Amino acid sequence: MNCRALVIGAGISGMQAALDIADSGYEVILVEKQPSIGGHMAQLSETFPTLDCSQCILTPRTVEVGQHPNIRLLTLSEVVAVEGEVGHFRVRILRHPRYVIEEKCTACDDCAKVCPVVVPNEFDRGLAARRAIYIPHPQAVPAVYTLDPDACLGLFPLACGKCAEACEAGAIDYDMGPEVVEVEVGAVVVATGYELYQDEAVMAYAYMDHPDVMDGLEFERLLSASGPTGGKIVRPSDRTVPKEVVFIQCVGSRNPEHGVPYCSKICCMYTAKHAILYKHHVPDGQVYVFYIDIRAGGKGYEEFVTRAMEEDHTVYIRGRVSKVFSHDGKIMVWGVDTLTGSKVEIAADMVVMASAIIPSEGSRHVAEMLGISVDEFGFYTASDEEMTPIESGVPGVFLSGVCLGPQDIPETVAQASGAAAKVLALFEAAKVEVE
Amino acid sequence: MGIPYYPGCTLSTKAKNYDRSGRAVAAALGLELEELPEWQCCGATFPLVLDDSMALIAPTRVLYQAQQAGERVATLCAICFNVLRRSQALLKRDPEMLERINWFTEQEYRGEVHVVHFLEILRDDLGWEALAERVVRPLRPPPAPPMRGGARLPLLEGGDGGGLRVAPYYGCLLLRPYEEIGLDDPEDPVIMHDLVRALGAEPVDFPYNIECCGSYLTVREPQVSEALSKDIVVSARECGAQVIITACPLCQFNLDYPQRETEAGRTGNEIPILYFTQLMAVALGLPEETWGLEDHYVDPRPLFNETMKR
Repeated sequence: MNCRALVIGAGISGMQAALDIADSGYEVILVEKQPSIGGHMAQLSETFPTLDCSQCILTPRTVEVGQHPNIRLLTLSEVVAVEGEVGHFRVRILRHPRYVIEEKCTACDDCAKVCPVVVPNEFDRGLAARRAIYIPHPQAVPAVYTLDPDACLGLFPLACGKCAEACEAGAIDYDMGPEVVEVEVGAVVVATGYELYQDEAVMAYAYMDHPDVMDGLEFERLLSASGPTGGKIVRPSDRTVPKEVVFIQCVGSRNPEHGVPYCSKICCMYTAKHAILYKHHVPDGQVYVFYIDIRAGGKGYEEFVTRAMEEDHTVYIRGRVSKVFSHDGKIMVWGVDTLTGSKVEIAADMVVMASAIIPSEGSRHVAEMLGISVDEFGFYTASDEEMTPIESGVPGVFLSGVCLGPQDIPETVAQASGAAAKVLALFEAAKVEVE
Repeated sequence: MGIPYYPGCTLSTKAKNYDRSGRAVAAALGLELEELPEWQCCGATFPLVLDDSMALIAPTRVLYQAQQAGERVATLCAICFNVLRRSQALLKRDPEMLERINWFTEQEYRGEVHVVHFLEILRDDLGWEALAERVVRPLRPPPAPPMRGGARLPLLEGGDGGGLRVAPYYGCLLLRPYEEIGLDDPEDPVIMHDLVRALGAEPVDFPYNIECCGSYLTVREPQVSEALSKDIVVSARECGAQVIITACPLCQFNLDYPQRETEAGRTGNEIPILYFTQLMAVALGLPEETWGLEDHYVDPRPLFNETMKR
């Protein structure tokens, strides 16, 4: 038994699993394909139902992961091949070039200041811009800049080179190439997370046509104090404060016609959170929430939604939205109120869609490499949904987080600790045998 | 051998220009529409009560008449199309109902006739590229006409793509219910957009393009249908349309009639409502007598005279 673990994905789930294993004295290799760790939780403004600042409760964990002596963190990296079995998985990891030497970079920002290329910042869901050489956000771990080879002018041919000139630490290396790391591990935790649905159901709500129609994660960035507007809620189109905001729940989800019949589970809660936070930012604003029914199962959850409705005076309309289109500077929202049986037309300033949660891109490929079974939507399936909910059918491979299905942060963290415990049990059993 | 064709009552009376232009266009494209030797009214509404076999008698008779002529029957009227296609779907999945109606009509309808709309024939039999090759007068926009008081309606200035800006209005019956009709995406249809492009014109998207025009309410509660149709027309115009096309004689009437010349006079904001076949007849260079542009409340002729001069 090789008592070293591989964790795939460094969102809150993978981070928690890695920390639990590493704190028990075992070595962990944590692989993340993005340039920094923290996953979607790093993008959130506040968490429900406590309204804690997401960055504030996450950052101590990301820093701990970054500094932990037992965790080897490989960002901008992907697992490309896995062979072997429990106790002896031979793993090939592709490290994409960062073009910045991690050990030398001091995150001084001198390079980004001189970079002439401006592209949308993925971390801010396109609501803000970044340079070709950038750090996704100020709290990023590792605190190292990354050069985006698709946007950079200087990589080939040498047309620019401004950032290398500006870098006093000499950290920029245009000749850096991809690197393959081969390691052997005894157990694997898979925590590949999720994305938001971006298909016809959101297009029908004018998502691509109107900048003020956005999904939940974009709205999180608008709300976030460290976001592109510094936490001011303004319309991306004209930077005015939206006074009428429509939230649409179940966009894509619970909709068999669009291939997502399941419930995305967290949207009722985060929409209530959005409504509350919006009202705290814009007290004279009006919120409308279109819902099918409210699913607030969880400790303090029902009370949280009630608070949104009663204390913050939001208007909940039971019914679906048929159409969204722009008209005279407003966003017209057509829907139905099924409690009164009447058609509803709202001239809104902003529309926020609770888009369905879908497995992240590449999660199927990870499943194929490891032999994990997936359901028809691409979520991983446990060997037994009731009794072994975080064990894959493959011995030594454990599952954690939204890659198993939509769920909120506390559940994800609990699963991560569960998966870590399973890994530790394997390692401890092997130790006993040796002794 | 032409395609068996069911004109229906409206196309034989109020909407002769739809029938005339449709047949002319079909003939010019080698898709001759051959009227069924004998036919009757389709019933004009699909029964919404599950056990209403009486209302299925008329459409089943039509389907039987079509069966005598061939395997499929083409329609132009969106209402006839909807009634016949849905009746056919119902009879196919409910053999008991088929048997009961056959027993009553004393005709042996076998339940196999394909009801198709002429738009489908254009798309599936001919194809948009082949249609585009037959266009002799691509529809280009006229110069912006002066408005009252010397102002120019900015919407009528040349479009980005240079084509006449045509708003396809789909309405309800051509698209819904999708499970039984299945002609195009019921929420985001493209078939008439594609047609407009093939004719060298520019399709105009507008948010009301699948909203109801009020349909038969125009008889009993005209104020309701006029309110609905006004929203449709205004929306199309605001989105830059110079003309609206439809595949339904009732939609055509409901959008056109409220724009008629009244005591208050015209505002200068009227917009012609055409059948798609009329637009095709113009673009395909067919003789003017096939266009049928004279029977409209909003006269489309000035628009096309200008168009053709260029």
